[in-house]
Amino acid sequence: MSNVLLEARELHTYYGSSHILHGVDFCIHKGETLGLMGRNGMGKTTLIRSMLGLVKPRHGTVSVRGDVMTGGPTHRIARQGIAYVPEGRGIFPNLSVRENLQMAARAGVDGQRDWTFERVMQTFPRLAERINNGGGQLSGGEQQMLTIGRALMTNPDLLILDEATEGLAPLIVREIWRVIREIRDSGIATVIVDKNHAAVTSITDRSMIVVKGQVVFDGASTEVRNNPELIQKHLGV
Amino acid sequence: MNPRIALVLKLAALVGLIVFPSFGSSFYTEMVAKMLILGIFAMSLDLLVGFTGLVSLGHAAYFGIAAYTVALLTPKYDPANFWIALPAAVLAAAAAAFVIGLFVLRTKGIYFIMVTLAFAQMVYFIFHDTALGGGSDGIYVNFKPDATIAGWQPFNLDEPLQLYYFVVAALVAVFVFLTLVLRSPFGKVLVGIRSNEHRMQSLGYATFRYKLAAFTLAGGLAGVAGFLYAVLFGFVTPEYLSWHQSGNVLMMVILGGMGNLAGAVIGAFAFIGLQEMFADWTKHWQLLMGGVIVAAVLFMPGGLSALPGRVLKKLNQESKHG
Repeated sequence: MSNVLLEARELHTYYGSSHILHGVDFCIHKGETLGLMGRNGMGKTTLIRSMLGLVKPRHGTVSVRGDVMTGGPTHRIARQGIAYVPEGRGIFPNLSVRENLQMAARAGVDGQRDWTFERVMQTFPRLAERINNGGGQLSGGEQQMLTIGRALMTNPDLLILDEATEGLAPLIVREIWRVIREIRDSGIATVIVDKNHAAVTSITDRSMIVVKGQVVFDGASTEVRNNPELIQKHLGV
Repeated sequence: MNPRIALVLKLAALVGLIVFPSFGSSFYTEMVAKMLILGIFAMSLDLLVGFTGLVSLGHAAYFGIAAYTVALLTPKYDPANFWIALPAAVLAAAAAAFVIGLFVLRTKGIYFIMVTLAFAQMVYFIFHDTALGGGSDGIYVNFKPDATIAGWQPFNLDEPLQLYYFVVAALVAVFVFLTLVLRSPFGKVLVGIRSNEHRMQSLGYATFRYKLAAFTLAGGLAGVAGFLYAVLFGFVTPEYLSWHQSGNVLMMVILGGMGNLAGAVIGAFAFIGLQEMFADWTKHWQLLMGGVIVAAVLFMPGGLSALPGRVLKKLNQESKHG
């Protein structure tokens, strides 16, 4: 078995008549850390949603662990060990912190149970303090931790973080990056979408830059970091 | 509201229901029995509307199917066997909900409302326009189901008082059952689907199956209510599955407060109580009822069941500031 977890070939996705993705190729391997960058509206989130079956691509294929699952049921793709932390967070406001976490608990694809309730509590001491609070009563940063914690409870092999630090206080952002690093070191492959390219390139092995629905760069993160022109051209504001 | 106070209030209400027949006349006892049955009906719909986020406008279909099942199982000059009639009625309602659910749950939002209504209308016309259940005239249930097993009769539904207590017991059983269901992981998944179905799918839940299970369960519990209603009044008409009935039960849920089981029962009591009161004043009682529902939606978020909590909060604030 190859060690490609998630792969997309020649993806074309439309929202109504607007053509968002223009033939995107994507892949991520086991244990790899990938940064996905690009300005707003370039198609990063659409790419993720297309691969997870939340949006149906019009052309192209998506394969999960080598099996073609283009536009397939999202829950089945998720069951293949892919956890998604959506942009703008996604807690269940009418469930408590504990319930939010427990509803996601399951063993990973290979039966691994590395991430237990206790371990999530250790990783996020802030959540442990608020275990019986309703999800809707948490601060933005705490909600983000809860979303990441909930994703970990599914014992994924791949974690996709879409704008995990957006709109959070600097102290919380630092805490989130610490956790992302810890997740990476535990061997879970991660796709990180974030505006902070310095932070992304320092934490990831590989980077992709998307411009207007096309991949304009796919290579080592060090290459992006040492190339200010590339950053200025595609990511600068 | 404090859960302890809520529990005390519920127990007090139960005691009230138990002693009620010793005070009210038999007319009022029957009216309260009707309210309780519609309370069961409203709770079953609340599982869909208030907890799973599925607004069904065809819930009367399952209520009516169960009522017709009792009627059709009752021989002309003999009572039906209770131990067959009740499960048959509930199963028929649940089976119909399962089959209809397979189709309607593929739609969302306004389309879901419309197709649930369309299916319920189909069922309505099956009973209204064919001789199966006596057409638009309906059908009598001349004898109430008999619960005798091996010569022993645990309860006799022919006795109005025993029937009343049977209805109270059924309400308590359905309430406890739904409370346990909602407390279980299954219930949490339903609540998750209500707040965001995509999110649940991203977590790996096959949400369609959960919704179908909830829809079937709600249909079966509506069947419990339909069974009791047919037994109480001894008469079944296509009106039981008309869209008015579906609309009425939805109004009960809204009036009482969506997503609150006790609220659904309170809503049923309030709805029938107001209906009786307004119908006493004027034959245009529906106009007044409509006004009450509009006012409830505008000024009482959370419905009647949220009212005590809101009043307490207001008083607390005033005592703090005053």
